Amino acid sequence: MIGLIHYLVVGAILFTLGVLGIFLNRKNLIVLLMAIELILLSVNINLVAFSSYLGDLVGQVFAMFVLTVAAGEAAIGLAILVIYFRGRGSISVDDVNRMKG
Amino acid sequence: MSYASQLATTLPELVLAAGAIVLMLVAAWGGQRSTRAVSIASVFVLVGAGIALIGPASSGATAFGGMYRADAFAAYAKVLIYAASAIAIMVAPRFFAQTAGDNLKPEYPILILLSCTGMGMMVSAGDMLLLYVGLELQSLAAYVLASFMRRDTRSAEAGLKYFVLGALASGILLYGISLVYGFSGTTLFVDIAQAYAGDLGGERSLGLLFGLVFVFAGIAFKMSAVPFHMWTPDVYEGAPTPVTAFFASAPKVAAIGLGMRVAIEAMGPATADWRQIVIFASLASIVLGAVAAIGQTNIKRLLAYSSINNVGFALVGLAAGTPEGVASVLFYMAIYIVMTLGSFLVVLQMRDVAGRPIETIAGFSGLSRSHPGLAAALAIMMFSLAGIPPLLGFNAKLEVFNAAVQADLFVLAVVAVIGSVPGAYYYLRIVKTLYFDAPAEGVAVRTDRFEGGLLAATAVFISPVGWFLLAPLGAWTMTAARSLF
Repeated sequence: MIGLIHYLVVGAILFTLGVLGIFLNRKNLIVLLMAIELILLSVNINLVAFSSYLGDLVGQVFAMFVLTVAAGEAAIGLAILVIYFRGRGSISVDDVNRMKG
Repeated sequence: MSYASQLATTLPELVLAAGAIVLMLVAAWGGQRSTRAVSIASVFVLVGAGIALIGPASSGATAFGGMYRADAFAAYAKVLIYAASAIAIMVAPRFFAQTAGDNLKPEYPILILLSCTGMGMMVSAGDMLLLYVGLELQSLAAYVLASFMRRDTRSAEAGLKYFVLGALASGILLYGISLVYGFSGTTLFVDIAQAYAGDLGGERSLGLLFGLVFVFAGIAFKMSAVPFHMWTPDVYEGAPTPVTAFFASAPKVAAIGLGMRVAIEAMGPATADWRQIVIFASLASIVLGAVAAIGQTNIKRLLAYSSINNVGFALVGLAAGTPEGVASVLFYMAIYIVMTLGSFLVVLQMRDVAGRPIETIAGFSGLSRSHPGLAAALAIMMFSLAGIPPLLGFNAKLEVFNAAVQADLFVLAVVAVIGSVPGAYYYLRIVKTLYFDAPAEGVAVRTDRFEGGLLAATAVFISPVGWFLLAPLGAWTMTAARSLF
């Protein structure tokens, strides 16, 4: 039987993968956007699992809001990425270093 | 409570959102030509939202099942937020008039209005859902504002860094919210507080504790407290200067207001738990903000570290966790945003002969000889930020230390006072550059009457003349703080 704890473990693993994806990835900025989506997905799994476990709808409503905001966030992230690429001609994470100190 | 009266409670946000949408249509039809009209109209929308605060929006009522709180605390924070945002809109046209190829677009004031809507929701939140939506509305608009100068690669890079790290912070915050929801069974602040209170009696719930840590980490990021400050210097340096002035003022008030509301209203019974986090973030911010600023050569970067340093001092008041502590933080924020806006107003005046902005500290050398008024204004801001009496920056620091001492946090107060010494070093170094260094070549300061007047007003507010405002401000912050408890 798959219970609450299994979902929470999956959520925790996805969250860790997402955070690691942001900090360890040195190649591609698009991978960063994917890592962010992974974090938001892990949160959604948590929310829906808790919602079902508690028999309370708020968690599922919250998950809907997270999905909606994540879509807006991805759109803005890609738009900024396009501006950045036009100026620099590269989307490598190692090149994001015009400012230091 | 009828639906109409609930809507009346949220009137400031309605005014801002409706204003932003209507102005967006005007901008879409009018294009680039409508920039000036939209900017002026945006300032009036902000004034309208401020007027809408009088009445049900500051009556202490709650709306939508407790999700939205219209108390004195929210009203106070909103006044600061709207004022700082209006100034950020008003100083933009002159800055963008002199940037090659990147004109001011009508989207700029509209994005600030949308950001203000989000900030208003943040400080009025009574539920995790409203907290999240408000925070994202503020952040999404801010990401675009940071990368507003599309031809400047530094601006695009600032937007990118802000976006990636901001999205990570939202993710951490959300993960915390999901844990708090799961282990307390609710997203309403008042009910979460009951869950924490019940938790203290029996066995400690690890889930609630983890949720608290994640939520505080996410909020610390938004207020740029150490160890979640790493985006601040880069974003402040790369973003256009009016946007930097905006970031350093309004969103900071909103983030700290939000942090206090969550700490006191939702997690008040767990004060002993979050106090450790707040004390660590506070001391780390004070020390790092002071030490890392010493080697900076860029004034915007230096002001970024200064803002990290100031958040540290504000958190000293929050660590107290008492009404006096919250009042001292509100008091601190009011004086802080005046000081920081004044500093950025001086930075905005600095131009070289070709009209390009000067951002190096060396460019300020000997400014006292060519522009004594401007140099005096910046010197007042720097002395005040360093906390030297009789300027108001001293009173602000005194209030937060006082609150910490009254809450028996002697060690925190003493270490924070010692930590303010290295901070004074780099503030005073700027004063030395202004008054005792040989004048820099190729500086052509251009001040107009409006910005000069605004700068004079901020300098007078900070000076001993501002002491007349201390009593009413103190009474107002106390009323605002009491509404949280």
